[in-house]
Order: sequence, then structure tokens, then C-alpha cells
Amino acid sequence: MLAELLRGLKTTFKMLIDKPVTYQYPEVKREVRPRYRGHHELKRYDNGLEKCIGCALCAASCPADAIFVEASENTDEERYSPGDRYASTYEINFLRCIYCGYCEDACPTEAIVLGKEYDISYATRFEAIADRDALLKNSTQGVTPQKTEPGVYTRSVPEMEDPKDY
Amino acid sequence: MDSALFWEMFIKALVLILVLLTSFAYLTYYERRGLARFQSRVGPNRAGPAGLLQPVADAVKLIFKEEFIPGEAYKVIFILAPILTVVPAILITATVPWGGSFMIGEREVSLVIADLNVGVLYIMSVASIAVYGVVLGGWSSNNKYAMLGGMRSSAQMVSYELALGLSFVGMVLLADTMNMSEIVEAQRNLWFVVIQPVGAVVFFIATLAELNRSPFDMPEAEQELSAGYNVEYSGMKFALFFMAEYTKMVSISAIIVTLFFGGYRGPGVDAIWWLGPIYMFAKIIIILGLMIWIRASWPRLRYDRLMAFGWKILLPLSLSLVFITATGILLEMMWIVPLLSIVAGYIAVQSINLSLRRKANAR
Repeated sequence: MLAELLRGLKTTFKMLIDKPVTYQYPEVKREVRPRYRGHHELKRYDNGLEKCIGCALCAASCPADAIFVEASENTDEERYSPGDRYASTYEINFLRCIYCGYCEDACPTEAIVLGKEYDISYATRFEAIADRDALLKNSTQGVTPQKTEPGVYTRSVPEMEDPKDY
Repeated sequence: MDSALFWEMFIKALVLILVLLTSFAYLTYYERRGLARFQSRVGPNRAGPAGLLQPVADAVKLIFKEEFIPGEAYKVIFILAPILTVVPAILITATVPWGGSFMIGEREVSLVIADLNVGVLYIMSVASIAVYGVVLGGWSSNNKYAMLGGMRSSAQMVSYELALGLSFVGMVLLADTMNMSEIVEAQRNLWFVVIQPVGAVVFFIATLAELNRSPFDMPEAEQELSAGYNVEYSGMKFALFFMAEYTKMVSISAIIVTLFFGGYRGPGVDAIWWLGPIYMFAKIIIILGLMIWIRASWPRLRYDRLMAFGWKILLPLSLSLVFITATGILLEMMWIVPLLSIVAGYIAVQSINLSLRRKANAR
């Protein structure tokens, strides 16, 4: 009996010497896993044009019906994305979203990506609906619409590498 | 009684109460931080630097909470019960010496409030009053869980009080006095824990039960009684129960230190009087750390085993320790005492092992 009791004391004493395993959350944020599915982000190309072409495949694939996309025509004077069309309305309702990542899989241009942000809270239901600008906020800097030379950005789906695992 | 004596007593008592209440507040902080570290956490560190203002935050929260008295409760006793628990917890330290004496002008001031020649008896009697608060609180709440908690705690305290008192007897025999200051003086050369190591262990176990601390926290077992005798209490009345419990921890640790670990004695105390309280507090903090460590490590005893342990193991063991101590003193062979008491402790442990094995086989 005594040996078991002392073993118990030894176990907790080891914990006392060890460093605590907890993170001091608001100050220290823990790095998420590579495949973590957090808040959505809409991506841009390096030249600032949006990747999203407004095809609404993400909305079609969404099991929770959280995504709403409306497309409009691009012109060379006011170009948002390569190709003919761009998403003039892009809304995700985060109260419906289940973070399954099907939209990311369905996207032909890798425009919609589930990022690493998990600190998502809102005070009203309207704040839960993220529009185009909110989703584009975190991607690389760039301004749309841009004025571009005619006949350059005709291909809507880019040539992409095979997806890499981490 | 001249007025100077009155003021001396008054100021000493006031300082002691203030010190006890502050140490109660910071004991909760110490326990929460300590427990957290034992569980690989950090503990409260938000309020103030390193969480040092956490006790203040807790106090403010408890004061501003609603004081709810159940409609079916016996109001007078319901209000009286927390007071009955907290007063003995503070009173009990009156005979504990916190240091030697020093001179203010012509007057010699000793750092003990009441230097009673029956200090040990005083401590025993005051310690047993604390049961009343708990059992009355449990009964007057008119709640099944509170009632069960109160009954359990009274049964537990009464049975462990015996072992506690008998461990006192051994120390009284060794020191040949019931005066706490003289018991400390008797340990000038050798702490009593060396002469009677098993006695110290028995005393420590009995005080854990007396304090309703883990692993004997049966009266306030959250999992089975939801909170024990204080289910119906809230706000300041709950804070008083809480305060009683933690103040008792401090005062009982002080008594353990006085009886077994040489009290305020340490190197250089005779020359510099203010080292006494510092040594005392250092030793108390170590004993409290041990209590926290035990709380973090061991599971709660089952209730029938708790009673069996108290009556069938601790009581015979402490009786035999008294016998061994008396024999050693009578034969004037003090070396026989630690030897025989360790043998007695070994027999006790083996008998627990035996009974546990028999229970396992019977299943």
C-alpha cells in the first residue's frame, strides 16, 4: 500500500518539475496543424488580380448551403480576375458553415482556401456573414479592379502544379 | 491586570488575527498555484502581477454575491453555523508560540498570546468545537446532501480526534509538560519527529481527516454529495466556511510544527528574536505544501474504509505509540522509541495490506 501511495506522490512531483503544458492563450497562440481548416480566405494572384472567377462551384459543393456567389462580366478597363467573369457578390454565412473544406476542393482556381484563423466570434447574426471584401482582406495585397491590356488575361483557369502534401 | 498588559494582549491578538486572515487568503492562492503546477498547469495568473491579487478578487466576488437562505432552513442555526466554524479555527492558535521573547523598554514581550500550562488540552478542546459548526450547518440547511455531509464529517472528526489526542499524549510524555512553549523548548537539541517519526505521520493523517482535507474530504465530496455540508450556503457565509477550513489548515500546520519540528527554533533564534516567526512560517509553508501535494496525488477514501482506517488502524497504532514512548521513558532508553515505533508502523501498514488483499481475494 505504501509503495503505491509513494508512487502516486512521485508522479505528481514529476509534473511539478516539468514545464506546464498550457499556453497563455491570448498572448501566446499555438501554431495550428498544416491541414487545419479555419476561417475562409479568398486568394489573389501575385499581380493583384483575384483568383475567383465566379463559377459558383463552391456554392454547389457546399453541404450546408453557406456560400452565395453572383458573377459579373470582366472588361479590360475594369478587370477583377483573369477570364470572362468574376464574383461580384461572394458571401459566406459562418453560422451555417461546417468547415468541411469541400469548397476548397471544388474550386478550379484555388481561390477559396480555409486558412488558419480560428478566433472567430461575432455579436450579431449579420456579422457572421462575411462578404467579398472581408474574405479578401487577408490575402496578398492588390487592388481590383485594374485596367489591363486587352488580350492578355483570357484564360480563366490557370495552369497549376499538382497539389503537394505537407 | 494593568493597562500595559491589556494593550500587549490586545495588540498581539490583533496582529495574530490579521496575520491568520492574510495567510488564509494567500493560502488559497498558494494552493491553487501549487495544485496547478502538480497538474502541469499554470494556475491563476491574471489578477495582478503573477495573479497575486487573485485572493482579493475572490473576496470581492464572494462579498457581492447574493446571500440566500433556503425557506425551509432553520434560520438562526443556519446563520450561526459558519460563525461557529470560523471562531475556533482562529482561537486555536492562541497557545501556539510564534517566537521567543523580546524587550520593549523594561517590558518583556513573548510572542505567544496565552502561555497556558494546559495548552495542549486547550488545543484539543477548541479543535473539537469546530465539528459543531459543520454538523449544524449541514442539519439546518434542510437538505439531504448537506445533512449527509454534516453527519459524515461529525463521525469522521470524532473518530480521528482519538488518534489526534493520543499522538498529543506521546509528545506530552516526551516533553513532560502540556505548555506549548515548554514543548518547543524541550526540542532545543532534537526535534520530536526524530524520536517519534511514526507519531508525526499518525498526527499528520489525523489532522488531514480533522481538516476534511483530501484524501479524507468525504464531507465535501463534490462527486457524491455535490458539496457536502455547505451546499446551501452562498456569499459571505460560504466564504466563512471556506475561511475556517483554510485558517484551520494554517493553525494545524502551526501545531504540527510546534509539536514535531521544533516550533520556532532554528539557528540563531536565541540571539535575534525576529527570526523565530520567520522559521515558524517557513516550516508551516513546507507542511502546507505537503498537504497540497497529497491533495494533488491521492484519491478519496471510500467511507467505510475511512472509518475502518480510523478505528482499526490509527487508534491501535497511536495507542501503541503512547505505550512505546512511555516504555522508552521508563527504561531511560530513548533510542528504543523510534525503533519500536517504526516497527509498530510497519505492522500497521502490513495489516492494511493484508486486509486489502483479503478483500481482493474475496471478490
